[in-house]
Amino acid sequence: MADDKDPGPTQLAPRFSSASPAEVAAGGGLLSRRAVLTGAVVAGALSAVAARAANPDWSDAAKPWQKQPGRPFSRYGQPSVHVREIERSVTLREGDVAPGNGSSFTPLHLLRGTLTPNGLHFERHHNGVPDIDPDHHRLVIHGLVERPLRFDFDALLRYPMVNRTVFIECSGNSFRNTFPKVQEVSCGDIHGLISTSEWTGVPLSLLLAEAGVRADAKWVIAEGADAATMARSIPLAKALDDVLVAFYQNGEPLRPEQGFPMRLVLPGYEGNMSIKWVHRLELTEVPLHARDETSHYTDLLPDGRALQFTFPMGVKSVITQPSAGWDLQGSGYYDVSGLAWTGAGRITRVEVSADGGATWAEAELQGTPPRHGVVRFRIPWRWDGKPTSLASRATDETGAVQPDRATWLARYGATQRYHYNAIQHWAVDAEGRLRNVYA
Amino acid sequence: MFMRNAVLAVAAVLAALTSAPSRAAGPGLGVPVSEADLAPLAISVFPDGRGLPPGQATAIDGVDAYVTHCARCHGLRGQGKPGPALVGGIGSLGTKAPVKTVGSFWPHASTLFDYTRRTMPYDRPMSLTDKEVYGVTAYVLWLNAIIGKDFVLDAQSLPKVRMPNREGFVDASQGTPGR
Repeated sequence: MADDKDPGPTQLAPRFSSASPAEVAAGGGLLSRRAVLTGAVVAGALSAVAARAANPDWSDAAKPWQKQPGRPFSRYGQPSVHVREIERSVTLREGDVAPGNGSSFTPLHLLRGTLTPNGLHFERHHNGVPDIDPDHHRLVIHGLVERPLRFDFDALLRYPMVNRTVFIECSGNSFRNTFPKVQEVSCGDIHGLISTSEWTGVPLSLLLAEAGVRADAKWVIAEGADAATMARSIPLAKALDDVLVAFYQNGEPLRPEQGFPMRLVLPGYEGNMSIKWVHRLELTEVPLHARDETSHYTDLLPDGRALQFTFPMGVKSVITQPSAGWDLQGSGYYDVSGLAWTGAGRITRVEVSADGGATWAEAELQGTPPRHGVVRFRIPWRWDGKPTSLASRATDETGAVQPDRATWLARYGATQRYHYNAIQHWAVDAEGRLRNVYA
Repeated sequence: MFMRNAVLAVAAVLAALTSAPSRAAGPGLGVPVSEADLAPLAISVFPDGRGLPPGQATAIDGVDAYVTHCARCHGLRGQGKPGPALVGGIGSLGTKAPVKTVGSFWPHASTLFDYTRRTMPYDRPMSLTDKEVYGVTAYVLWLNAIIGKDFVLDAQSLPKVRMPNREGFVDASQGTPGR
């Protein structure tokens, strides 16, 4: 077999015997990304490639898949059979009593970009996923408006639309890190209740204008057509600012799990408010005080009171590669990478520590951080083979800095599970195994 | 051919100004809805009682519906298992082991009626009559010793029910200092 002659992938990354002072960005082996990208650090590795390229028998060297026609076309593409399963994991909230009440987590540790594939977008359902026939679905706007209106699905598709690439993060994202006992699970199982899509839809302000918002209206109560008939109260100012009635997700019609035929998208606000399967918008002077803005999705304080209507998600980041469950392949070079985001708008800075938080180096942000989107950060790291921990810390345009866990815990009452945005540390042991750890 | 940006901009201005004299410059494809059409859709019940339907019931009236539809998840006495507990925890919120229930945490009785009517029972939501919703609401309030077993719950009395944690919430809709 030709495969047997395959010498295997070329080691482009040499082992580092030492780094010059100019290449070092912080303690624990963090390197200057510029030095790595300009070749100052990897120079010398390329000669091995040139030597191996000269194989005289080109036909023998060709791979089997070069020597026979490949599969025919498909109507809907699937991942490679050689890619190990990249799937959401599912957690039920009340067990089998309520099989439609729970969440599934985006496997952040298995994804490298910023957009989430549609089939991997996190889910949070309160009573299952409805299969709604769009011909029997209407959006009604009523309450404190001049003209109560009903919009058919087909009519809404004729409205001018905009694209917005924004994250949706469940208010309860990272709840596992609020537990006193550290959870030995993957990055995705801790932080995977955030996903990012390009959403396409009609600005809600346009539909509200057609209905004519009355001067006494202050809130918009949005309601979904699922079996939870989920309702949340949205401040009118937000509804008029940047809320979408979305129909498309990454170009495709919404998946049922994401609200087909239509959902709200509230950039930066806790995900529960981006009502899926939205069918009714009632303008009012006061909020509804629905179950999910009183009993749930409120934030207990140490004195027993609770914050209500805490909408924007806090500044946050997490290293996705490498992360819990990874086995490093020995000491040497690794590209540390992760995601950062903030409900306040834009991320301005992400710092990474490779020595348990003693020193920090600024990571490179990949492109201009998008407003209410996620930005990927990267920084090169040379692991010396000794136990340590990796962590990231984000800052946003308001100056808000991601807190450490003790600071976050001190703000809230016991068992607070919402709006957790503390710094994540991944411990690295001497064998190169990574696991979740509280700093 | 009108300009797309103009459509979006005009919409925003009109939304801000309110009471546009005529249909905005948008496509205008919404269909007017009558009050009669809206009535069955408008199920929201507000803390001041707005949205409550006609009808009434006491906790005693609600026993049958509670036993039939609620007890298998929430327990006969609202103690929970396998579903969430509906009673207990009063005074626990500021401790190391807060217990959030209807009795200890929910600030408004309206929320109990609203949520029960729109979501319960879990496997057959929206199957209860308004009288049954009044009844099970009264029963759960009675379990928490918030009302007596003969207290008549209706559109007038429900908003006057004082929940133990009525003053326990801080409105952060205008921002949260320090976060």
